This record gives sequence, C-alpha cells and structure tokens, in this order.
Amino acid sequence: MLVPDPEQIAYVNARLIDPASGLDAPGAVVTLGGEIQAVGPNLFPEGVPDDFKMIDCAGHVLCPGLIDMRVFVGEPGAEHQETLATASQAAAAGGVTTIIVMPNTAPVIDDVSLVDFIKRRSRDTALINVHPMAALTKGLNGEELTEMGLLREAGAVGFTDGRRSVTNSRLMRNALAYASNFDAVVVHHAEDPTLAENGAMNEGELAARLGLNGVPSAAETIMVHRDLALVELTGARYHLSQVSCAAALKAVEKAKADGLNVTCAVSAHHLCLNENDVGEYRTFFKTNPPLRAENDRHAMVEGLASGAIDVVVSSHDPQAPENKRLPFADAAPGTVGLETLLIATLEQYHAGHMDLITALKSLTSSPADILGFPVGRLKPGAPADMLLFDVDRPTVVDSAQLKSKSKNTPFDGRRFQGRVLRTIVGGKTVFEDDQSDARPN
Amino acid sequence: MKAADQHARIHAIPSGFSRRHLLGIEGLSASEITYLLDLADSYVDLNRQINKKLDRLKGRTLINLFFEPSTRTQSSFELAGKRLSADVMNMTVHTSAVNKGETLIDTAMTLNAMRPDLLVVRHSASGAVQLLSEKVDCSVINAGDGAHEHPTQALLDALTIRRHFDRLDGLTIAICGDILHSRVARSNIYLLNRMGARVRIIAPPTLLPPEPERFGVEVFHNMREGIRDCDIVMMLRLQSERMTGSLIPSTREYFHYYGLDREKLSLARDGVRVMHPGPMNRGVEIDSAIADDRAVSLIHDQVEMGVAVRMAVMDALSAHLRNDLSKEI
Repeated sequence: MLVPDPEQIAYVNARLIDPASGLDAPGAVVTLGGEIQAVGPNLFPEGVPDDFKMIDCAGHVLCPGLIDMRVFVGEPGAEHQETLATASQAAAAGGVTTIIVMPNTAPVIDDVSLVDFIKRRSRDTALINVHPMAALTKGLNGEELTEMGLLREAGAVGFTDGRRSVTNSRLMRNALAYASNFDAVVVHHAEDPTLAENGAMNEGELAARLGLNGVPSAAETIMVHRDLALVELTGARYHLSQVSCAAALKAVEKAKADGLNVTCAVSAHHLCLNENDVGEYRTFFKTNPPLRAENDRHAMVEGLASGAIDVVVSSHDPQAPENKRLPFADAAPGTVGLETLLIATLEQYHAGHMDLITALKSLTSSPADILGFPVGRLKPGAPADMLLFDVDRPTVVDSAQLKSKSKNTPFDGRRFQGRVLRTIVGGKTVFEDDQSDARPN
Repeated sequence: MKAADQHARIHAIPSGFSRRHLLGIEGLSASEITYLLDLADSYVDLNRQINKKLDRLKGRTLINLFFEPSTRTQSSFELAGKRLSADVMNMTVHTSAVNKGETLIDTAMTLNAMRPDLLVVRHSASGAVQLLSEKVDCSVINAGDGAHEHPTQALLDALTIRRHFDRLDGLTIAICGDILHSRVARSNIYLLNRMGARVRIIAPPTLLPPEPERFGVEVFHNMREGIRDCDIVMMLRLQSERMTGSLIPSTREYFHYYGLDREKLSLARDGVRVMHPGPMNRGVEIDSAIADDRAVSLIHDQVEMGVAVRMAVMDALSAHLRNDLSKEI
C-alpha cells in the first residue's frame, strides 16, 4: 500500500504504454520527487486518497519521455540558430525529455572542459536532460583520437564526428578499438565523401532533371560495409547515426544476424518524405543524408516495424534563413525536428505500418538501452521522465509556432495526428498544452 | 665460490648451449635458458671484482652493427666484449629508405669479408637479423629486430627477476604498455612462459596485436585489474611517435589509465618489484616517484645484469665458433 507523501503525484486514468516491458493497459503512475514510485492498472482499487496531488490523464497515453539521440544545437558558437535553452523548450514541446547533443559546435566538443561547459549550461538553462556526445576525432578532423576515457568520465555519453564521416579506415579501426576499451558507443555518419562530393540531393531522375549533383545511396552503403567489417575486427559497439537507403539497412540487418554489436537509427523525415518532396528546389527538404527514393522510404518504414531499425531520431539541425535562402546546391542541409519527432513517427502507426508500442519503443527504451540510461521506461525507481499525449488528435504544423529558434521544418502545413499534452522531467511538468486550437469533436 | 671455479663448473656441462646464433628466445628450451642464466650469474660476480677481465674471447673480433641508433644496448655489448678481451668495433649504419634489403646484404657481405667472429646486430625491420645471419660465416646475436625479438633483454630481465625472487616459475608478471610494437614484450613473453611464470599483458586495444591471448598470456585492458596480485610489473617504453594521434589520444590520458603510479602499484602483491627496459618516459608510462624508488625499482639491476648476460651469450656462442682455438697452432 502506498504511503501518502506531499511530494507524490498520481497520474490517473491513463493508457499506460511501457515499450520496455510491453505494457499497454489502463492504469496509473505515481511519482515521488524525481522518481517513478509505482506503475500499474490497480494502484488505487479504492480510489485515490484525498491527500494525493492528482493529474487526470483522461484516457490518453502516458509513456516514458522521448529520447532523441541526434540533436545539433548552436551552443557554443551559433547561438543565433539555437541555444541549449531554446532546444530544450522545443524538445519539451515535442515530448522529448532527453536529448543527445552533437559535438559539431564552434569550438568542437573534443575536450573535457567543453563537455563540462555543455553540462553546466544545460543544468542552468535547459528544461530537460541534455547529454553531450564528444567528438570521435580531435577537431572532427578525422586524424587523431580524442581522449575518450577522460571525456567519458567527464560525462560524454558516446563518441561521434556528428555529420562528418571518418574516411581513414585505419583511424576508424583504432577509434573503434579504443572506444571498446571504455565500452563506449561509437556513432558514425556513414557517407563516402568522395562519392557525395558536391551532391545536393539523392542521385536519380529528379536530380538529373533539376540539374543538381546527386549523392548515390552507394555513398552510404560503401561506408556502412566498411564500418561493419571494422566492427567485426574490433568487437566495438557501433551505432549508425542515420540509415537512409535499403541497401545499407540490409547490411546492418545481416551484421545483427551475425551477432555484431550494431544498432542504427532513422530520422523521422526519412520515414515521411522522399526525394520528390524537394520539388522546385525547396531547400527545407535538403538533408544529409538526402531524402531518398520511395522504395528506400518504404524499406525504412518496414525496417522500423520489424526492429531492424532500432531508433528514430529527429536529426534536429537548426539553420538560420541565410543558410537556407540560397540556390539549392549552396544551401545548408538540415531540418529542425524536435517538435515533430513524435507526430512524424506516429504517422507510421496511423498508416497501419506498425503498432503503437513499436513506434514508441524506438523513441524510448531502444535509445536508452544503447546509451545505457535508466530513463525510457515506466518502472518503479526509474527517473520520472514521462510524456502524456493524445494519439489521435489532428495537428497542423505551423512553423511560426515552433519553439525552436530556427524554423527550417520540412513539415510546415502538414497534417499529422497526435498531440503532446504534457511533458514531465524528473517529476516536474516542463510543458503543458494550452489547448489553444482545441475544437469540439 | 670464486668466479673462475664457477666457470669451470658450468663449462664442464657439455653442450649447454650448442647454437651458432642467438636470434630469439622463441624455440629455446628451458635448459638452454637456464644454462645462459647460470653462466650470466657467474659473470655478475666477475663484474663486481676489481679485475673484471677474462681471456675467453682473446683474439676474437666482435662487431656491433647497429642500423638503429642505441646508446645503452650498444655500450652494454661493447663492454661485455671488452671484458672478455675481444676486439670490439662499433658500426652505426644509417639506413636509407630505398633498397634497404639490398643494402643490408651488401653490408653483411662486406663485413663478412673482414672475418669477424661475432656480429651483434640491431635493425628496425623484423627478420632482418635472421636474414643477415644466413649470409655470414660468424655467429650473430640479435640486439633487437623490429617488433620481433630482443633476446638479450629478455635474458637480462629474467636474470634480474631470478636473482631477486630466486625463481621464475610460479611468479605472476605483468607486462604493460605498447605490446603491439614491442620486441621486448615478445621475447619476455616467450622466455617467462617457457620458465613457468604466469604472464599478463596490459594495454589499450590499440596497442595490442590481434588475438593476443594466442601468446599464452592473460590479457587486460584495465591496468588496475591486470596489476592485482602481481609479483613483477614490467613497464614498456611508449615510443614518442605513438604518443599522439591514431593509437592513443594523448600522453595525459595514457598516464591516467596506463601510467604506473603509487596508487595502481598498491594493488599488486606486497614486495612487488618494478622493471623498465629504458629509457623511461617519466610521467608518461611511469611516475618518477616509483622509477627512483630503489625499494621497488629493479631498473638499475637490469642495466647491471645486461652486461653479464651479454658476456654469457658471447661466451656460450664462442664455444661453437669456427676455427676453435684448440685447433690452432
């Protein structure tokens, strides 16, 4: 029996979904301070005692808060595009309670003091949990290893060169071997830069008609095959930061079947969009890797449904207008995505490609397992990071309403189903829907 | 026992070591190693006398042929040769990048024509000393070839340990550092395994050869675990060209995880001793507080044993040189 405590909050009348345990049932959650104290369908057989603070979930989904493994911020160095504070507000509005920030800043996060900086700024300014990934190579130059041991002790949760690929295979081998010493995950953006050079979009008929240089999917496939061969050699933990084409996914599936310690993610926009969305040189649809062919998009959706793809990321990459209002080939790639991560992923559920628990797993327990985090599950003792959302409610994305400092979303005006009602971090509500566009059903 | 009597005793054992060259430890039997160590033991006593000279190599020519610069190993061999009354010549050859193999054999043939009796060779290429030994008529001692072997270092390390602990078998010995590039590590692993010691190697994965356990050692990536309950911690020198870049990120991080300091050493067995083949990088692989602590460091003993071991090796090989003295007029 639960002993009442002023720090306790009861979230009642919820549809509980906990992908880690497979739970999908009506019930309640009780938090005590920053932790989940109890979870279950029959917590209050005799009604909630009067001395509990109670939140009525009205039958909506209460699940672990989302974890976004791939977020670029502009702090330090490009605060006009995004700060840790504004990224955290966008995350909270999107139901994301933990973000992993990439080291591609100025200066690059390749030193213990910069890991400290990110942690301190996040603690002081962010609404949600922020964890830095440190650079795999010094200055992201692909030539020298970073101090992975000391960086990890300082709080780096993994190592990556972010949007850059390590082309030197010998160095990649050493990086994987060295990281394995600390059981650290190496996260790699797989793209052969010589094949991708000057490429602006997916190589294909549309690129040819538009007169744009294409990036063939082979640029990704080649690098993934190389990486997997090196993982086999070193026994390291490897996470492919974004898979975008069917052939690369097939290679990852085979590696998993062979027992290698390999995981991969897909970005939400690669689940929803294809190369044709580029249309008339629309730079908000310029991404890296590029939006691929429709059969590749299908493969991504199927891979997510089957479990071949572990994680969905936003690949949130804020770009100021001056970086996007340029001829397509000159424009910077990247889209913001923290606020659309959930609803873009839910689109796959609403379209009947997968059940809800599978879709949510890729945003909660799967990334938590890869990172070794205790969050991402509804379990007594776990941190009280949770998300309450309406799974069916129609939503129209309005880029002007985004909390992110940069508005470069490819989904402006797009209709989705699903709406975040409340985001809870460490037992505290950090976002609550104002119901401004609520319409009677 | 007087040194001369000891020699008489040891030389009375027939064919204690009947090889023409000493190219490596791999392949040597325990009795051959023991023979060399026993002989070296007697030379330690000789070297501590006022008169350190014997006539065993009188009239013989020893050439130190070093294709890699070395101060301590070369002087150790030079002194060993002189104490046994050999005529010693030092040659340091600067290898050019091109046509290394051709130059090596050309040099060997030239030297061979000068009719030396013993050739001490160091070369940066693994296998170069063996190649040279196939081309000359004299005895060849490997003074270090690439990342392959450094047999006299392993013998002097073994002698140092044996004199301190009175045995080799049953001891637990950790070799820590750049195993991948170390000929010292390889020769020591072969010798210590052969003599019944338990060998551990400690290094980050980037400084280990593939499948290191195939050497018959226990492999540790964590120095604190690897050092636990060891009798001997043998540190290796981190070559400066490996200090930054693709194998380890920095000397700071290397020292943090693999540098020997008091705190890590406290996990070893009571009475642990520390060794290092030299020259040391203080603050990179070893803390000066340990390197200079004569209560735990055997580093100076290693240098002393080096001369005795090299005398023993020359002595043992000279018994099988062509033109045996006894056949001369």
